Amino acid sequence: MLRFIFARLFSAALVVIGVSTLVFMLIHLVPGDPVEVMLGESAQPADRAALRHALGLDQPLPVQLYHYFNGLLHFDLGTSLHSQRPIVELMLERLPATLELALAALVVAVVIALPLGVLSAVRKDTAWDHSARVVSLMGISIPHFWLGPLLILVFSLWLGWLPVSGRDGLTSLVLPALTLGAVLAAILSRMMRATLLETLNEDYIRTARAKGLSGTAVILRHALRNALLPVITVLGLQLGALLGGAIITEMVFSWPGIGQLTIEAIHRRDYPVVQACILLVSVTYVAVNTLTDLVYAGLDPRVRLREKE
Amino acid sequence: MMQRWLPVGILLLWLGMVVMAPWLNLQPDHIELSRILAPPGSSAWLGYDDLGRPLLDRLVAGAGTSLFVALWVVVISAFIGTVIGAISAYAGGVWDHLIVRIIDIFLAFPGILLAIAMAGLMGPGIDNVIIALSTVGWVGFARLARAQVLSIKQRLHVTAAVSLGVSHTAIIRRHVLPLTWAPLIVEASFAVAGVVIAEAGLSFLGLGVQPPEASWGSIIRDGTRYMLVAPHMVLVPGIALMLVVLAVNLLGDQLRDWADVRSRRVA
Repeated sequence: MLRFIFARLFSAALVVIGVSTLVFMLIHLVPGDPVEVMLGESAQPADRAALRHALGLDQPLPVQLYHYFNGLLHFDLGTSLHSQRPIVELMLERLPATLELALAALVVAVVIALPLGVLSAVRKDTAWDHSARVVSLMGISIPHFWLGPLLILVFSLWLGWLPVSGRDGLTSLVLPALTLGAVLAAILSRMMRATLLETLNEDYIRTARAKGLSGTAVILRHALRNALLPVITVLGLQLGALLGGAIITEMVFSWPGIGQLTIEAIHRRDYPVVQACILLVSVTYVAVNTLTDLVYAGLDPRVRLREKE
Repeated sequence: MMQRWLPVGILLLWLGMVVMAPWLNLQPDHIELSRILAPPGSSAWLGYDDLGRPLLDRLVAGAGTSLFVALWVVVISAFIGTVIGAISAYAGGVWDHLIVRIIDIFLAFPGILLAIAMAGLMGPGIDNVIIALSTVGWVGFARLARAQVLSIKQRLHVTAAVSLGVSHTAIIRRHVLPLTWAPLIVEASFAVAGVVIAEAGLSFLGLGVQPPEASWGSIIRDGTRYMLVAPHMVLVPGIALMLVVLAVNLLGDQLRDWADVRSRRVA
């Protein structure tokens, strides 16, 4: 197990280094002169030189890379061009809002998906199953930036039950969490249905039934526990999409999180902040995925044994 | 029967709208100040937008944008991804290790984030949207092509070709790639759905096509400001978007069942 943990952490570290390098290179790889994009074509040469110097773009590439990684190691992500404040400070202000939203969306997704998926599998090919599958197919096909306004229209503007936007107490969290959680709920319920159906065909389920256990006990104690494992993996993998979706959801609901910070920074051409936000989100994603893998290996010995071979 | 033809019908409508657009005498940029935000009615089936432009005409123009972006992105990503994935699996060794690492790095960027960043850095415009989404899109194809080629490489006919002295390029082109197309087409069909949503998402964020060009995403964004007085501005492009994505996803499911020989035999 220890060997598996080290191997997994090592490859995660490699990916983080690669991701950091790619984020650093973004500004260089993208066609066109970033300074010109930031200042516009009519900028004075002196202003361009000043910005180039402020961004460190006038130094040779290896030197820039060294300063960048040196900063990262000291949790120094640079300074915002717009507000002149340390970027770490800006992100720490916004991080709680995004975490709150992502967590709430996760809860919403699991609470909707598990019963829906189980119902679909247990009542296979009935009207319940068909409606559950239609709902989840629609959930997969609705983008956040449309579901969000739709929910606002119905629950905030027409019914007046919930606030339109902003972050002010629990009621303001409901619609963003629903918006962000819906797609994940749809994916998870499809997955839940598929794995539970597969598990229900196993021999040990027949054995459990044969020894006279009730249908509910068979499903809850025997089938669901095994069917949940692959669902957990998918959950870990989908967290990336959740973080990506959070950016758009935050824009729809004016939710003051990292996503809103990213888009604001893009529109203000505050590139150091854009880079830092992307780095934060992707490193978080890598960390979550690594953790999911480790938890999974802890739960299922077959995974860590396979890795050893 | 209905289930089988509904998605095809929706997609044909989408394609038809785009192909027929030049003959429909559309005026997506024509402004009628007296009709700003007017609801659907006899003079315009789907009503007018916040600048007094007919929404139906803009919807058709937006269909063109999303189709154009989707086709280019999927073709570019599928080509680059397949070539890289196939070479990685076929060459093996150090190259394979390196490419797998690169794929891992690209997969570490959640969803649309990298595309948002690139579109933001390059500035808005339809070309940049295509570049940004292709940069994200090739990875899925590369991973799939690699897995496919890895298993096909072991087959006897490839060993036979190698021992007959056929060149590597010819083996990949004639004896390996033709066997990978079925899963790649399934992947491509789901990719179309993803790109349609991503393009509209970028436009929603103001990073896609620029006004006055139309995109379903930017119509929705403009509509969110007038939802109480003119909900049709949000509803119309959203329903179009959802129907197209739903149809592509359904078609992808059907293609997958069809390409999966095992389930075909059972059925």
